[in-house]
Amino acid sequence: MDRETSRRAFLRAAATGLGLGAVITVAPAHATPEAMEDAIRKIVGSSRVSKGRVKLELPPLSENGNTVPLTVSVESPMTPADHVRAIHVFTELNPQPEVVSFRFGPRAGQARVSTRIRLATTQTVTAVGELSDGSFWSASAAVVVTLAACLEDA
Amino acid sequence: MSSALVNVPPRARRGEVIEIKTLISHPMETGYRRNQLGARIPRDIIRLFVCTYNGTEVFRAELHPAIAANPFLVFSTVATESGTIAFQWTGDNGLSATESAAIVVD
Amino acid sequence: MSGHGARLLGASALTLLAWTASAGEIPPAERRSGYDFMSRETRAMQDDDTVNPGMLGVLEGGTLWARKTGTAGRACADCHGDGRASMKGVAARYPAFDAALKRPVNLEQRINLCRTERQQAPALAYESRELLALTAFVARQSRGVPIDVAVDARTKPFIDNGRAAFYPRAQSRSSTMAAPRSTGVRASSTLPAASVTTRTGASGWPATRSPRRIRRAIRSTVSNGRASARSSAGCATAWSGSAPSRTSTARPSSSSSSCF
Repeated sequence: MDRETSRRAFLRAAATGLGLGAVITVAPAHATPEAMEDAIRKIVGSSRVSKGRVKLELPPLSENGNTVPLTVSVESPMTPADHVRAIHVFTELNPQPEVVSFRFGPRAGQARVSTRIRLATTQTVTAVGELSDGSFWSASAAVVVTLAACLEDA
Repeated sequence: MSSALVNVPPRARRGEVIEIKTLISHPMETGYRRNQLGARIPRDIIRLFVCTYNGTEVFRAELHPAIAANPFLVFSTVATESGTIAFQWTGDNGLSATESAAIVVD
Repeated sequence: MSGHGARLLGASALTLLAWTASAGEIPPAERRSGYDFMSRETRAMQDDDTVNPGMLGVLEGGTLWARKTGTAGRACADCHGDGRASMKGVAARYPAFDAALKRPVNLEQRINLCRTERQQAPALAYESRELLALTAFVARQSRGVPIDVAVDARTKPFIDNGRAAFYPRAQSRSSTMAAPRSTGVRASSTLPAASVTTRTGASGWPATRSPRRIRRAIRSTVSNGRASARSSAGCATAWSGSAPSRTSTARPSSSSSSCF
């Protein structure tokens, strides 16, 4: 409803010569939770993904979907015999599900990474951890995005 | 030319787990945006970040368009010996940027 | 003046009268920096220079400062020397009145005036990477310096125009840019109440906005029918000029670009 009012106002403004240049908002196609499942399958193959071990930290409410701080970690001794091999991050509603993959070895000291990601809309983010024993673990976190990435085009 | 900011502790104790912060300027053009004529703006992102410690790889990140512009990464490594911690970013359109920092480990 | 403009001015005058008694200006002592509205994560990003993407702009600006350009083959440094010394406190005085143009100019415009007049180089486009970088670099040199925009006979008409745009209700919607907003879901799409900010340290609405975003926010507020286009020009001027004694944090905000 908000958008309708603003479009009318914009058209009126444009008509009276106060137009400010075209602001084309084209909503990007969203991927789907199924696409995310497929992307996770590609990583884990036929192995089971268990919930736990992975800690995913995201703000529950994001002020700006263009830059959402994310920290993901897996408790692990990080020894050659027992360490985290990788952590993969996915979203279910961004245009594509993959966000980033981090790869570690025993020299990492700890499996903990922070970065900033983009979220196209309110959605759930999932992190999948891969351990040196071949097991996979996951955690998810929901983020409410108040300013979606892609409100303004170029 | 991309400018990069890296934060590596200049000194550490042997065996200490240190935290490294890196920030590089790059628009990370997703390839999903359209210009005002409706044409897609081509993807232009950093795809790979590699950190090496005296030549040995200690951390790697594979980036996709969902990484925010000016990719920011904080990760850890064990301070094993004095030397150079080097960073390399590679991506679309032949992008290749490097940065390094010295560390003294006692 | 078109019918639309005349109606708006009339509406502004009436609403201004009505509003003076009720909402009015927030007293200087009660004004809060946008920083106060930032989330913990955003503050963490802005507080740390090694983590704040705006600092990349400052880095780049420093490089551009030394680069010769234009047919005059001059760098900013050729006239201004080391920007870190010569530009100290400069950004805190902008927008500043330009005698030749007979109107205030903001920092970007001043940089472009130097480019076209002194360096014989083309003006840089608003929101271009280079202009953002140079502006961030210059503004960084005012970190901690109180905002000191001149309020005098020459600048007053422009400030008044901006103030009138900032406070009265727009015609079609019962909202004003200055009306206090809750920090609920809608908070991120509006400007917080009379937050005194610098142009580059414009924090907290949402937090990591760069100068690019300030203009876009004003523009989108206008195009969404929430304010008049005509009065938006005065917004930035009034915004900086309405509280001359407030300290400027002058921390570059993240230049997060590229919507997804």
